[in-house]
Amino acid sequence: MEFTEEQLRRYSRHIILPEVGGKGQKKISQSKVLIVGAGGLGCPVGYYLAAAGVGTIGLVDNDRVELSNLQRQIAHSVKTLDMHKADSAKQTFEALNPDVNVVAIKERLNNKNILDLFKNYDIIVDGTDNFPTRYLINDACVMLKKPLVSGAILRFEGQVTTIIPGEGPCYRCLFEEPPPAGLVPSCQEAGVLGVLPGVIGALQATEVLKLIIGKGKPLKGQLLIYDALGVNFRKVKIPKNEDCPMCGKEPSIKELSDLSEEYCSI
Amino acid sequence: MEDLKINKKLDIRGQVCPYTLVKSKLGVESIEVGQIIEILLDYPEAADSIPKAMLNYGHSVLKVEKINLTEWIVQVRKEVED
Repeated sequence: MEFTEEQLRRYSRHIILPEVGGKGQKKISQSKVLIVGAGGLGCPVGYYLAAAGVGTIGLVDNDRVELSNLQRQIAHSVKTLDMHKADSAKQTFEALNPDVNVVAIKERLNNKNILDLFKNYDIIVDGTDNFPTRYLINDACVMLKKPLVSGAILRFEGQVTTIIPGEGPCYRCLFEEPPPAGLVPSCQEAGVLGVLPGVIGALQATEVLKLIIGKGKPLKGQLLIYDALGVNFRKVKIPKNEDCPMCGKEPSIKELSDLSEEYCSI
Repeated sequence: MEDLKINKKLDIRGQVCPYTLVKSKLGVESIEVGQIIEILLDYPEAADSIPKAMLNYGHSVLKVEKINLTEWIVQVRKEVED
Protein backbone atom coordinates (compact mmCIF):
# COMPACT_ATOMS: atom_id res chain seq x y z
CA MET A 1 0.00 0.00 0.00
CA GLU A 2 1.34 3.42 -1.00
CA PHE A 3 0.25 6.57 0.75
CA THR A 4 -1.59 9.21 -1.23
CA GLU A 5 -0.37 12.81 -0.88
CA GLU A 6 -3.41 13.47 1.27
CA GLN A 7 -2.56 10.57 3.58
CA LEU A 8 1.05 11.75 3.85
CA ARG A 9 -0.30 15.04 5.12
CA ARG A 10 -2.94 13.56 7.37
CA TYR A 11 -0.57 11.09 9.02
CA SER A 12 2.65 13.14 8.84
CA ARG A 13 2.99 13.45 12.64
CA HIS A 14 2.76 9.69 12.94
CA ILE A 15 5.12 8.91 10.08
CA ILE A 16 7.93 11.04 11.47
CA LEU A 17 7.76 9.26 14.84
CA PRO A 18 10.53 6.62 14.89
CA GLU A 19 8.18 4.18 16.68
CA VAL A 20 5.49 4.53 14.03
CA GLY A 21 6.96 5.55 10.67
CA GLY A 22 5.40 4.56 7.37
CA LYS A 23 5.48 0.90 8.42
CA GLY A 24 3.52 1.51 11.60
CA GLN A 25 1.04 3.74 9.83
CA LYS A 26 0.40 1.01 7.29
CA LYS A 27 -0.23 -1.45 10.11
CA ILE A 28 -2.72 1.02 11.59
CA SER A 29 -4.46 1.38 8.24
CA GLN A 30 -4.76 -2.39 7.89
CA SER A 31 -6.01 -3.03 11.41
CA LYS A 32 -9.54 -3.88 12.50
CA VAL A 33 -10.73 -2.82 15.91
CA LEU A 34 -14.11 -3.59 17.46
CA ILE A 35 -15.46 -1.23 20.10
CA VAL A 36 -18.27 -2.48 22.30
CA GLY A 37 -20.41 0.47 23.33
CA ALA A 38 -20.63 3.80 21.49
CA GLY A 39 -21.04 5.66 24.77
CA GLY A 40 -18.76 7.57 27.10
CA LEU A 41 -15.72 5.38 26.43
CA GLY A 42 -16.52 4.21 22.91
CA CYS A 43 -16.84 7.79 21.62
CA PRO A 44 -13.31 8.99 22.48
CA VAL A 45 -11.76 5.61 21.68
CA GLY A 46 -13.39 5.57 18.25
CA TYR A 47 -12.69 9.23 17.66
CA TYR A 48 -8.94 8.85 18.21
CA LEU A 49 -8.71 5.55 16.37
CA ALA A 50 -10.53 7.11 13.41
CA ALA A 51 -8.16 10.07 13.51
CA ALA A 52 -5.22 7.66 13.61
CA GLY A 53 -6.50 5.94 10.48
CA VAL A 54 -7.47 2.52 11.83
CA GLY A 55 -8.75 0.76 8.71
CA THR A 56 -11.91 -0.78 10.09
CA ILE A 57 -13.71 0.23 13.26
CA GLY A 58 -16.67 -1.87 14.35
CA LEU A 59 -19.09 -0.24 16.78
CA VAL A 60 -21.52 -2.40 18.72
CA ASP A 61 -24.40 -0.54 20.35
CA ASN A 62 -28.12 -0.98 20.23
CA ASP A 63 -29.04 2.21 22.11
CA ARG A 64 -30.20 5.52 20.73
CA VAL A 65 -28.77 8.95 21.50
CA GLU A 66 -30.42 10.79 24.39
CA LEU A 67 -29.86 14.31 25.63
CA SER A 68 -28.41 13.01 28.90
CA ASN A 69 -25.63 11.30 26.89
CA LEU A 70 -24.24 14.52 25.48
CA GLN A 71 -22.52 15.57 28.72
CA ARG A 72 -19.80 13.02 27.89
CA GLN A 73 -20.50 11.05 24.69
CA ILE A 74 -18.66 13.37 22.34
CA ALA A 75 -19.36 11.65 19.03
CA HIS A 76 -23.08 12.45 19.28
CA SER A 77 -24.88 15.78 19.06
CA VAL A 78 -28.29 17.41 19.24
CA LYS A 79 -28.55 16.70 15.53
CA THR A 80 -28.32 12.96 16.14
CA LEU A 81 -30.76 12.70 19.05
CA ASP A 82 -32.86 9.52 18.82
CA MET A 83 -30.54 8.10 16.16
CA HIS A 84 -28.81 4.80 16.84
CA LYS A 85 -25.56 5.59 18.66
CA ALA A 86 -23.64 3.33 16.28
CA ASP A 87 -24.93 5.30 13.26
CA SER A 88 -24.39 8.65 14.95
CA ALA A 89 -20.78 7.81 15.85
CA LYS A 90 -20.17 6.35 12.39
CA GLN A 91 -21.18 9.70 10.83
CA THR A 92 -18.86 11.59 13.15
CA PHE A 93 -15.86 9.31 12.66
CA GLU A 94 -16.21 9.12 8.89
CA ALA A 95 -16.54 12.91 8.71
CA LEU A 96 -13.23 13.16 10.58
CA ASN A 97 -11.50 10.61 8.41
CA PRO A 98 -13.00 9.18 5.20
CA ASP A 99 -10.17 6.61 5.05
CA VAL A 100 -11.82 4.73 7.87
CA ASN A 101 -14.52 2.13 7.35
CA VAL A 102 -16.88 2.28 10.33
CA VAL A 103 -19.20 -0.69 10.71
CA ALA A 104 -22.29 0.14 12.76
CA ILE A 105 -23.55 -2.98 14.52
CA LYS A 106 -26.93 -2.21 16.07
CA GLU A 107 -27.14 -5.31 18.14
CA ARG A 108 -26.97 -6.28 21.76
CA LEU A 109 -24.05 -8.57 22.51
CA ASN A 110 -25.05 -12.01 23.70
CA ASN A 111 -23.58 -15.45 23.95
CA LYS A 112 -25.02 -16.33 20.52
CA ASN A 113 -23.62 -13.48 18.41
CA ILE A 114 -20.44 -12.47 20.21
CA LEU A 115 -17.99 -14.97 18.71
CA ASP A 116 -19.15 -14.25 15.17
CA LEU A 117 -18.89 -10.51 15.74
CA PHE A 118 -15.45 -10.67 17.36
CA LYS A 119 -13.76 -13.12 15.00
CA ASN A 120 -13.33 -10.58 12.18
CA TYR A 121 -11.41 -8.10 14.34
CA ASP A 122 -7.82 -7.93 15.60
CA ILE A 123 -8.42 -6.10 18.88
CA ILE A 124 -11.50 -5.67 21.06
CA VAL A 125 -12.23 -2.60 23.18
CA ASP A 126 -14.61 -2.82 26.12
CA GLY A 127 -16.55 0.39 26.60
CA THR A 128 -19.52 -1.05 28.49
CA ASP A 129 -20.34 -0.44 32.12
CA ASN A 130 -22.19 -3.51 33.22
CA PHE A 131 -20.58 -6.57 34.65
CA PRO A 132 -22.37 -9.34 32.77
CA THR A 133 -21.30 -7.86 29.42
CA ARG A 134 -17.79 -7.20 30.70
CA TYR A 135 -17.42 -10.86 31.66
CA LEU A 136 -18.98 -12.06 28.44
CA ILE A 137 -16.49 -9.95 26.45
CA ASN A 138 -13.60 -11.24 28.56
CA ASP A 139 -14.63 -14.85 28.08
CA ALA A 140 -15.10 -14.46 24.32
CA CYS A 141 -11.68 -12.79 23.99
CA VAL A 142 -10.00 -15.60 25.94
CA MET A 143 -11.72 -18.20 23.75
CA LEU A 144 -10.74 -16.42 20.54
CA LYS A 145 -7.31 -15.31 21.89
CA LYS A 146 -8.06 -11.69 20.99
CA PRO A 147 -6.37 -8.84 22.84
CA LEU A 148 -8.86 -6.84 24.89
CA VAL A 149 -8.45 -3.28 26.08
CA SER A 150 -10.84 -2.80 28.92
CA GLY A 151 -11.95 0.45 30.51
CA ALA A 152 -14.35 1.34 33.30
CA ILE A 153 -15.51 4.59 34.87
CA LEU A 154 -17.63 5.78 37.75
CA ARG A 155 -17.99 9.17 39.44
CA PHE A 156 -14.41 10.54 39.44
CA GLU A 157 -12.51 7.30 39.04
CA GLY A 158 -11.58 5.19 36.07
CA GLN A 159 -9.62 2.02 35.32
CA VAL A 160 -7.85 0.58 32.32
CA THR A 161 -6.22 -2.77 31.67
CA THR A 162 -5.06 -4.71 28.63
CA ILE A 163 -5.80 -8.41 28.52
CA ILE A 164 -3.66 -10.54 26.24
CA PRO A 165 -4.97 -14.10 26.43
CA GLY A 166 -2.21 -16.66 26.75
CA GLU A 167 0.28 -14.06 27.97
CA GLY A 168 -1.30 -12.25 30.90
CA PRO A 169 -4.21 -12.56 33.29
CA CYS A 170 -7.82 -12.16 32.22
CA TYR A 171 -10.63 -10.34 33.97
CA ARG A 172 -11.66 -13.48 35.84
CA CYS A 173 -8.15 -13.80 37.29
CA LEU A 174 -9.00 -10.60 39.16
CA PHE A 175 -12.59 -11.43 40.13
CA GLU A 176 -13.86 -14.87 39.20
CA GLU A 177 -17.51 -13.89 39.07
CA PRO A 178 -19.37 -10.64 38.47
CA PRO A 179 -20.63 -8.92 41.63
CA PRO A 180 -24.28 -9.47 42.42
CA ALA A 181 -26.68 -7.16 40.61
CA GLY A 182 -27.25 -3.93 42.50
CA LEU A 183 -24.06 -4.09 44.57
CA VAL A 184 -22.05 -1.79 42.35
CA PRO A 185 -23.91 1.37 41.35
CA SER A 186 -24.19 2.31 37.69
CA CYS A 187 -23.42 5.71 36.19
CA GLN A 188 -27.15 6.32 36.07
CA GLU A 189 -27.34 5.92 39.82
CA ALA A 190 -24.03 7.37 40.88
CA GLY A 191 -23.07 9.88 38.21
CA VAL A 192 -19.85 10.39 36.32
CA LEU A 193 -17.79 13.47 35.54
CA GLY A 194 -18.23 14.03 31.81
CA VAL A 195 -14.55 14.36 31.02
CA LEU A 196 -13.60 11.15 32.86
CA PRO A 197 -14.46 8.77 29.99
CA GLY A 198 -12.38 11.07 27.77
CA VAL A 199 -9.30 10.44 29.91
CA ILE A 200 -9.89 6.70 30.18
CA GLY A 201 -10.95 6.37 26.53
CA ALA A 202 -7.81 8.18 25.40
CA LEU A 203 -5.72 5.73 27.45
CA GLN A 204 -7.57 2.80 25.86
CA ALA A 205 -7.01 4.21 22.37
CA THR A 206 -3.31 4.59 23.19
CA GLU A 207 -3.14 0.94 24.27
CA VAL A 208 -4.83 -0.13 21.04
CA LEU A 209 -2.38 1.81 18.87
CA LYS A 210 0.61 0.41 20.81
CA LEU A 211 -0.67 -3.12 20.22
CA ILE A 212 -1.12 -2.42 16.51
CA ILE A 213 2.35 -0.99 15.96
CA GLY A 214 3.93 -3.45 18.41
CA LYS A 215 5.82 -0.80 20.36
CA GLY A 216 6.09 -0.11 24.07
CA LYS A 217 4.76 -2.21 26.90
CA PRO A 218 1.08 -3.10 26.94
CA LEU A 219 -0.79 -2.56 30.22
CA LYS A 220 -0.86 -6.31 30.70
CA GLY A 221 -1.14 -7.84 34.14
CA GLN A 222 -1.79 -4.41 35.58
CA LEU A 223 -4.78 -2.26 36.36
CA LEU A 224 -4.22 1.46 35.91
CA ILE A 225 -6.46 3.44 38.23
CA TYR A 226 -7.06 7.15 37.71
CA ASP A 227 -8.45 9.22 40.55
CA ALA A 228 -9.50 12.56 39.11
CA LEU A 229 -10.23 14.29 42.42
CA GLY A 230 -6.87 13.44 43.96
CA VAL A 231 -5.07 13.58 40.58
CA ASN A 232 -3.46 10.19 41.05
CA PHE A 233 -2.54 7.48 38.62
CA ARG A 234 -1.80 4.16 40.33
CA LYS A 235 -0.90 0.83 38.84
CA VAL A 236 -1.98 -2.33 40.62
CA LYS A 237 -0.50 -5.66 39.62
CA ILE A 238 -2.94 -8.38 38.62
CA PRO A 239 -1.37 -11.81 39.03
CA LYS A 240 -2.34 -14.54 36.62
CA ASN A 241 -4.51 -17.04 38.50
CA GLU A 242 -3.51 -20.61 37.72
CA ASP A 243 -6.94 -21.69 38.95
CA CYS A 244 -8.81 -19.10 36.89
CA PRO A 245 -12.07 -20.67 35.67
CA MET A 246 -11.53 -19.09 32.25
CA CYS A 247 -7.80 -18.99 31.48
CA GLY A 248 -6.29 -21.21 34.21
CA LYS A 249 -4.69 -24.62 33.77
CA GLU A 250 -7.98 -26.46 33.97
CA PRO A 251 -10.69 -24.00 33.00
CA SER A 252 -14.15 -24.88 34.25
CA ILE A 253 -15.92 -22.46 31.90
CA LYS A 254 -16.29 -24.16 28.55
CA GLU A 255 -19.05 -22.08 27.02
CA LEU A 256 -20.33 -18.55 27.11
CA SER A 257 -23.07 -17.84 29.59
CA ASP A 258 -26.36 -16.16 28.83
CA LEU A 259 -26.74 -12.53 29.81
CA SER A 260 -29.70 -11.91 32.01
CA GLU A 261 -29.21 -8.30 32.98
CA GLU A 262 -29.97 -5.19 31.04
CA TYR A 263 -27.14 -3.78 29.02
CA CYS A 264 -26.26 -0.26 30.10
CA SER A 265 -24.33 2.04 27.83
CA ILE A 266 -22.32 4.46 29.91
CA MET B 1 37.49 10.90 -1.68
CA GLU B 2 35.97 8.12 -3.70
CA ASP B 3 32.35 8.39 -4.71
CA LEU B 4 29.96 6.37 -2.60
CA LYS B 5 27.46 4.08 -4.21
CA ILE B 6 24.03 5.69 -3.98
CA ASN B 7 21.27 3.11 -3.64
CA LYS B 8 18.35 5.49 -3.96
CA LYS B 9 17.82 9.07 -5.07
CA LEU B 10 14.95 11.10 -3.71
CA ASP B 11 13.84 14.41 -5.20
CA ILE B 12 11.82 16.42 -2.70
CA ARG B 13 12.21 19.82 -4.33
CA GLY B 14 9.05 21.85 -3.86
CA GLN B 15 8.25 20.19 -0.53
CA VAL B 16 8.19 22.18 2.70
CA CYS B 17 8.42 21.11 6.34
CA PRO B 18 7.30 18.74 7.71
CA TYR B 19 6.75 16.91 4.40
CA THR B 20 10.42 17.15 3.59
CA LEU B 21 10.97 14.98 6.66
CA VAL B 22 7.98 12.72 6.00
CA LYS B 23 9.26 11.93 2.50
CA SER B 24 12.86 11.54 3.64
CA LYS B 25 11.81 9.20 6.45
CA LEU B 26 9.79 7.06 4.03
CA GLY B 27 12.75 7.10 1.63
CA VAL B 28 15.04 5.73 4.33
CA GLU B 29 12.44 3.09 5.24
CA SER B 30 12.53 1.88 1.64
CA ILE B 31 16.25 1.00 1.68
CA GLU B 32 18.19 -1.61 3.64
CA VAL B 33 20.54 -1.02 6.55
CA GLY B 34 23.96 -0.11 5.14
CA GLN B 35 22.51 1.41 1.97
CA ILE B 36 22.71 5.07 1.06
CA ILE B 37 20.00 7.49 0.01
CA GLU B 38 20.66 10.84 -1.64
CA ILE B 39 18.03 13.48 -1.03
CA LEU B 40 17.72 16.52 -3.31
CA LEU B 41 15.88 19.43 -1.70
CA ASP B 42 15.29 23.15 -2.08
CA TYR B 43 13.64 24.12 1.19
CA PRO B 44 16.40 25.95 3.08
CA GLU B 45 15.32 24.93 6.60
CA ALA B 46 15.28 21.29 5.56
CA ALA B 47 18.98 21.44 4.67
CA ASP B 48 19.49 21.91 8.39
CA SER B 49 16.59 19.93 9.88
CA ILE B 50 16.78 16.76 7.73
CA PRO B 51 20.39 15.91 8.69
CA LYS B 52 19.57 16.54 12.37
CA ALA B 53 16.47 14.37 12.20
CA MET B 54 18.37 11.56 10.46
CA LEU B 55 21.01 11.60 13.18
CA ASN B 56 18.24 11.43 15.77
CA TYR B 57 16.81 8.37 14.03
CA GLY B 58 20.24 6.78 14.40
CA HIS B 59 21.43 7.05 10.78
CA SER B 60 24.69 8.58 9.49
CA VAL B 61 24.75 11.78 7.50
CA LEU B 62 27.56 11.40 4.96
CA LYS B 63 27.22 14.68 3.14
CA VAL B 64 25.28 17.94 3.17
CA GLU B 65 26.16 20.03 0.15
CA LYS B 66 24.71 23.16 -1.38
CA ILE B 67 24.92 22.38 -5.09
CA ASN B 68 23.63 25.72 -6.42
CA LEU B 69 21.89 28.87 -5.17
CA THR B 70 18.70 27.11 -4.15
CA GLU B 71 19.36 23.38 -3.93
CA TRP B 72 21.06 20.99 -1.53
CA ILE B 73 21.87 17.31 -1.51
CA VAL B 74 21.91 15.27 1.70
CA GLN B 75 23.40 11.78 1.73
CA VAL B 76 22.27 9.44 4.48
CA ARG B 77 23.40 5.91 5.25
CA LYS B 78 20.78 3.80 6.95
CA GLU B 79 22.24 2.43 10.17
CA VAL B 80 19.28 0.99 12.07
CA GLU B 81 16.11 -0.90 11.24
CA ASP B 82 12.92 1.13 11.28
